[in-house]
Amino acid sequence: MTSVLVEVLNGAGEELVDRWVSLQTESVLFRADLLAPEQVREESSAFVSQLCESLERSGAVDPEATLDGEPWEGMRAFLAALFRSRAQRGFEPDEVAEFLLLFKLPLFEALQKELGEDPAKLVDAVWDATRLMDRLGLYTTQVYARAKEEVIARQREELLELSTPVVTLWEGILALPLIGTLDSQRTQQVMEVLLQEIVDQEASVAILDITGVPTVDSATAQHLVRTMRAARLIGAECIISGIRPQIAQTMVTLGIDLGQVESRSTMAGALRVAFSRRGRKVVATGEA
Amino acid sequence: MEAVPILRVGDVLMVSIQVDLHDQLAERLAGDVADAVAKHDPKGVLIDISGVEVVDTFIGRVLGHIAQLARLMGSRVVLVGMRPAVAITLVELGMDLPGIETALNVDRGFRALGLEPPG
Repeated sequence: MTSVLVEVLNGAGEELVDRWVSLQTESVLFRADLLAPEQVREESSAFVSQLCESLERSGAVDPEATLDGEPWEGMRAFLAALFRSRAQRGFEPDEVAEFLLLFKLPLFEALQKELGEDPAKLVDAVWDATRLMDRLGLYTTQVYARAKEEVIARQREELLELSTPVVTLWEGILALPLIGTLDSQRTQQVMEVLLQEIVDQEASVAILDITGVPTVDSATAQHLVRTMRAARLIGAECIISGIRPQIAQTMVTLGIDLGQVESRSTMAGALRVAFSRRGRKVVATGEA
Repeated sequence: MEAVPILRVGDVLMVSIQVDLHDQLAERLAGDVADAVAKHDPKGVLIDISGVEVVDTFIGRVLGHIAQLARLMGSRVVLVGMRPAVAITLVELGMDLPGIETALNVDRGFRALGLEPPG
């Protein structure tokens, strides 16, 4: 049956590609802003020749067989590259799916032209072709989803890095303005960055500012306490600042205890504590 | 048999652990520190663990024991130079060594004991 497909594909050749390309470019889902018609043509004929090659190499195989085998390796690589790049360029899922779905019509037309006199054979061929196209379609869905996930993961990482800046306030005094929700992954990152900075700068006091943390629940408090314990182990003290009135109320209501940690409502208050730990104090000069 | 050297620097005993402590070595160290404290009666004991890359609950406990026994014999223990990764591991193991003083490096350790670092 596979050989019928190859014959039809080879026989229809350019005509089939033309028909497919025009279907794609006329579709309501066509992204004229992202794709030039010439590019569609190029990709489409590359797909057809890749399909012929894979079909020829797989020979007369079981139509139920999957695309995992070696003959389909080239096809998998081709589709993966194509759909990954489309996903990254911002195509919607339905727009990428169109590519393969629209191929069915020209393919079925070609099959009909070839096998029109033998309805039983035609039905078989159409069914095989449908199975094959569906499997290719499912594979591309996977590729597309995976590419999207990669984008999300990368953004998440970048966000994590962006959101953990360590600021040197004074010789030996570091500040870490925390912004956003503190989950355990974030805490891990904060801890690693903070401890490394403490070691690098030989700091003895670190101020964790939680002004930008929207809510503090017992899990968040636990994360903060762990960070402070780790900092203490390497020989630095942590001070918490930015405890807003609502946060203080929530913490008291929830019975959250930060232990013997110094905490202040403002960064200024925390900085004063830090100065006194370093044996310094702020004095007025008398000038305006 | 290998052992961790214990050096006397003025009124302070310096224990510099430059290898990964295995169980036997750790236990032997506890005994050695106890003997040295009894012999020299130092103001404090600095344990430098900047060379230690891997810890487990046992090592954490031994460090705690050493601090306790030194305190019982009248001298303070300051743990210095712990690596960030080690600190994170200990906290994750739930062993944050509550009774032990810590310092970033040997210099700070001397200051924590109220002494000027030598040199």
